[in-house]
Amino acid sequence: MNAAVAETDHHDHGPAPGLMRWVTTTNHKDIGTLYLWFALIMFFIGGAMALVIRSELFQPGLQIVDPQFFNSMTTMHALVMIFGVVMPAFVGLANWMLPMMVGAPDMALPRMNNWSFWILPFGFGMMLATLFMPGGAPASGWTLYPPLSLQGGMAFPFLIFSIHLLGISSIMGAINIVATIQNLRAPGMTFMKMPLFVWTWFITAYLLVAVMPVLAGAVTMLLTDKFFGTAFFTAGGGGDPVMYQHIFWFFGHPEVYILILPSFGVVSEIIPTFARKRLFGYSSMVYATASIAFLSFIVWAHHMFTVGMPLSGALFFMFATMLIAIPTGVKVFNWVATMWRGAMTFETPMLFAIGFVVMFSIGGFSGVMLALAPVDFQYHDTYFVVAHFHYVLVPGSIFAIMAAVYYWLPKWTGNMYDEKWGKIHFWVSTIFVNLLFFPMHFVGLAGMPRRIPDYAVQFADFNAIATIGAFGFGFAQLIFVYVVFKCLRGGEKATDQVWEGAHGLEWTLSSPPPYHTFTDQPIIK
Amino acid sequence: MSISKRFSAAVFVIASLTSIPALADWALNMPRGVTDISHKVFDMHMLAFWIMCVVAVVVFGAMFISILNHRKSKGAKAADFHESVAVEVVWTIIPFIILIVLALPAARTLIAQEDDSNAELTVKITGYQWKWQYEYPESGVSFFSSLAEESRNARRLDSGIDPNTIENYLLDVDKPLVIPVDTKVRLLLTANDVIHSWWMPEFAIKKDAIPGFINTMWTKVNETGTYRGQCTELCGRDHGFMPVVVKVVEKAEFNQWLAAQVESQDVQKQLAEAPQDTVEDAEKASAKVIAAN
Repeated sequence: MNAAVAETDHHDHGPAPGLMRWVTTTNHKDIGTLYLWFALIMFFIGGAMALVIRSELFQPGLQIVDPQFFNSMTTMHALVMIFGVVMPAFVGLANWMLPMMVGAPDMALPRMNNWSFWILPFGFGMMLATLFMPGGAPASGWTLYPPLSLQGGMAFPFLIFSIHLLGISSIMGAINIVATIQNLRAPGMTFMKMPLFVWTWFITAYLLVAVMPVLAGAVTMLLTDKFFGTAFFTAGGGGDPVMYQHIFWFFGHPEVYILILPSFGVVSEIIPTFARKRLFGYSSMVYATASIAFLSFIVWAHHMFTVGMPLSGALFFMFATMLIAIPTGVKVFNWVATMWRGAMTFETPMLFAIGFVVMFSIGGFSGVMLALAPVDFQYHDTYFVVAHFHYVLVPGSIFAIMAAVYYWLPKWTGNMYDEKWGKIHFWVSTIFVNLLFFPMHFVGLAGMPRRIPDYAVQFADFNAIATIGAFGFGFAQLIFVYVVFKCLRGGEKATDQVWEGAHGLEWTLSSPPPYHTFTDQPIIK
Repeated sequence: MSISKRFSAAVFVIASLTSIPALADWALNMPRGVTDISHKVFDMHMLAFWIMCVVAVVVFGAMFISILNHRKSKGAKAADFHESVAVEVVWTIIPFIILIVLALPAARTLIAQEDDSNAELTVKITGYQWKWQYEYPESGVSFFSSLAEESRNARRLDSGIDPNTIENYLLDVDKPLVIPVDTKVRLLLTANDVIHSWWMPEFAIKKDAIPGFINTMWTKVNETGTYRGQCTELCGRDHGFMPVVVKVVEKAEFNQWLAAQVESQDVQKQLAEAPQDTVEDAEKASAKVIAAN
């Protein structure tokens, strides 16, 4: 009885004063903000590593770094961008938006929410500390294939433990999202009435819960192979290095969709808003997302066509992989059909969303080509693959995150961002991102392997162009930082609905929303 | 080429990206190669490429027409159509048919690639950090193949040597693999330390060399010549510096070459086995062996 009173009383308080607010917070908005700032900082750290890579590759010959350090850079760049940027950014968006979109007062498990965020800085502190250890940071590629990864020095156990921490953080974040969506939806919000961002995150969270433990298991086996005399992946002791690749990619392929499904959700929110027209096929979008998630579990070996698998295996994984093109195609067609005969305006979120659809599709086209096993022997581990996955991750996931931030920033801050600079940010990013990644298709097809610090002179010109693109794209992101800070400090006041065509519960709240929202659940009719 | 020259070249290229003739000298595509398999792979690649181009034109075309015409600033009023099972079925089935068009020839090519029966010659390839070992088990010939010395000198950090002055920079070895033309050669792959991958773009073959396991692939080359590739699985510090070079020669020339290898290997064997108690003994013994051969 008294406890209930105290609980009610507690809700009337605003945030705690000072820095402790951020350490002790259990508020979904605060934690969302923390995740997003963390992702932004890591974006610049990972980006700086990419610029080291591109600087060394500006021209043939070794000018700047030792090959071992180069390998460390490719490894750390990937780990930082995947686990430190794209995943936390989407979890941050989920934290901010899911409770407001389903009409819940907060995430279902607020204390665990605080914990899952605060593990991250420590996990990454440990991972980045390896850069200063004797022997250098891990240099076996983010995939950590044994036996090469077992040659790592002092950095190796630190990396494994930091992956464990990041995995724990992700699993807790995912459980929280599942619990929130499953239990805290407002009365009347049935599953098939949930906004698509909620749906895609719901499915993504299940993927996370399913595969992060698999990664933890794989890296633990590496750890025991290295330090405790087991031989899971050592042929000399009866193990098999290829088994690691199977386990890793059983995690790794669903992971790819963990990085992209929330983007689909973001784009499916933004395009209808700015086309002022309902999403063409809501239910088919939901089914397509679920199909992609299911297929992601049975295509892992397309990452390893060259390991020497039986013909029947190669055929199975080729056909299964090609099938993914169908639900993905359904999504793209639905976005186009939503735009068709709409009344479109092109504010920054819409520009990023359209950029996403076009450039993600380019990555999808090269994806279909890569699925063809006989031709994959030529593409595998070349810059063609590098071009492919950067097209789906940078102008794919990263653009979707940018679109989401521009879309919801006025809601979060109560101020409109600077539209002119937002548009400049989009156009500069788009031009340079293509300058950066498009030439990689050409050098890859012409025979340049990935993960090499130096290359034959015939690849020089396209590499020089890519490096120019990389610096342009990297520095263009400072515009983003400028726009965000400017918006935080003030600007034209945003209305509650913010965008003329916006629909959904989050737009019924004031801009910025109060610290606690939906303490009384809304009723959806 | 200096950095500034490289930069101006790059700027020039960006400026002329639209003019096709300027691009003529740039390798944009996969080589068609010199084996029947590589031709099939190339055709498969181009088929997939053109189909994807057509899909891109249709999808992006519809999108750009919409972007140009259906904008609020042009007074467009939003229509209110949504949800159509018929449309969803159509755009599920059409991609499915396109995928079948791709999958059938791909499966046929894959089956042909995996058929390594009836090989006339076997070569065993072993990956090391960071060089290749080639062995001809039938004749006992075995040698290592490492990055050529000129490239090795030039590729050092701040070597001061311009890579452009070196012929086949990073794609040349001291001793290439030699195989006969028009002969089905079976390649057995393994590794001694970590996983490597042996790639020859002109033959369209690539397979991982895995320690403790033996992988198989095959090739039958139609044209003599020297072909170049690289290791394609990250294998440590000098992964970028273990090229694959294959010299394809006429059958008669190959037999001659192999016989010479056998002979010189015998010489070395005898040298190693001859009694070498003192320096003089060793010198005498080597003189004897050399004279005998």
